[in-house]
Amino acid sequence: MFNRRWVISGIIIFAAAAAFPFYWHAVGPHAPFPELELPTKEKKCIESVEYMRTNHMRLLDVWRNAVVRDNLFIYTASDGKQYEMNLHRTCMGCHKSRERFCKRCHDYNDVAPPCWDCHFAPSEVRKTRSAGTGTGTGKSNVHPVARKGEPS
Amino acid sequence: MTLSRRKFLKAVATSTLAVAVIPGDSQGFELKGRMSPSPKALKAKRWGMVVDMSRCRDDCAGDCIAACHEVHNVPFIPEPDHEVMWLFQEPYANAFPDQSHGLVARRSDGWKFLLMCNHCNDPPCVRACPTQATFKREEDGIVMMDYHRCIGCRFCMAACPYGSRSFNFRDPRPFIKKINPDYPTRRKGVVEKCNFCQERLEVGRMPACVEACKEGVLTFGDLDDPASEVSRLLSEKPHTRRKPDLGTGPSVYYIL
Repeated sequence: MFNRRWVISGIIIFAAAAAFPFYWHAVGPHAPFPELELPTKEKKCIESVEYMRTNHMRLLDVWRNAVVRDNLFIYTASDGKQYEMNLHRTCMGCHKSRERFCKRCHDYNDVAPPCWDCHFAPSEVRKTRSAGTGTGTGKSNVHPVARKGEPS
Repeated sequence: MTLSRRKFLKAVATSTLAVAVIPGDSQGFELKGRMSPSPKALKAKRWGMVVDMSRCRDDCAGDCIAACHEVHNVPFIPEPDHEVMWLFQEPYANAFPDQSHGLVARRSDGWKFLLMCNHCNDPPCVRACPTQATFKREEDGIVMMDYHRCIGCRFCMAACPYGSRSFNFRDPRPFIKKINPDYPTRRKGVVEKCNFCQERLEVGRMPACVEACKEGVLTFGDLDDPASEVSRLLSEKPHTRRKPDLGTGPSVYYIL
């Protein structure tokens, strides 16, 4: 073999560099697991913690298709308790804060589900509304487009 | 190294088999509970709306629109090109262009018709949609939108002969005055339209516009049930539908 010394040491360096992330993952320091804000009023989620941790995205996927496309509305959990299949009222009704529950874990895992483009946590919306972005009195909530047709 | 034909084929077969049995992402997921329809839901074979324009007054016509748009987080965008509308008003000549002529147009000048998605019996938008984001519910005739699937191609807007669909050219959220926390907003790049308040029927409530109208202009009910209020109205009073010759079979009827 030509240049045996260079070739073999090159292979060894490459192998070491390629293997380093695995090694570092095993022995190096970890980013601290995010602290999630758990609901205070409920002790138990609709299914076991393990199941929800692994499968909540699949469960929600099944739910959304069932609600939007198949006209289903009620989820009867394995313990017999019934829940409305509604992200806003059921999920976010307990997990009040998207920032301190969903987002912390999603950030840690580097996933960015597009749920929040349209959905939101009701309590967070209520908070911003009372902080001043809302319109306040009932009268001013009349949609301006509604007045378009009126003679001025 | 030589590989006999026999050995090669064996290797191909084994590796194909190995790939086939490696579980995919959603394989192995099992829904633990059961799903069922809402017991409180209002049911009909074919939902329909009767708009009695003889009762519609100009000075309050905005209440139903305001109620609808508030409940569904419909943005108010001042530029007409970017407008989003579920329930809206147009003069007679725009609502019934095929039945309009000079005299009618003059007589009904300023007479604004309440327009919305017609929830057609044979909806052209559904046929145009490449992702089945818009579809007709066979059990009650409501033409629904699944915003999760909408890719924003706007074929449905081109297909709809009634202009009932709006596109979100920009993020609608800054244009919503007061967000209803019970209902999602939409995002930039999806089409939206009236859904006959499917989410309210689900919990046993009438559509928001019907509840908001105090003049009894809007009547909502089952067109297939001869005993329903809509059927009674339609059998008693002369009425019309928008562009009936197109054969789309609108579920929204107008009493003039």
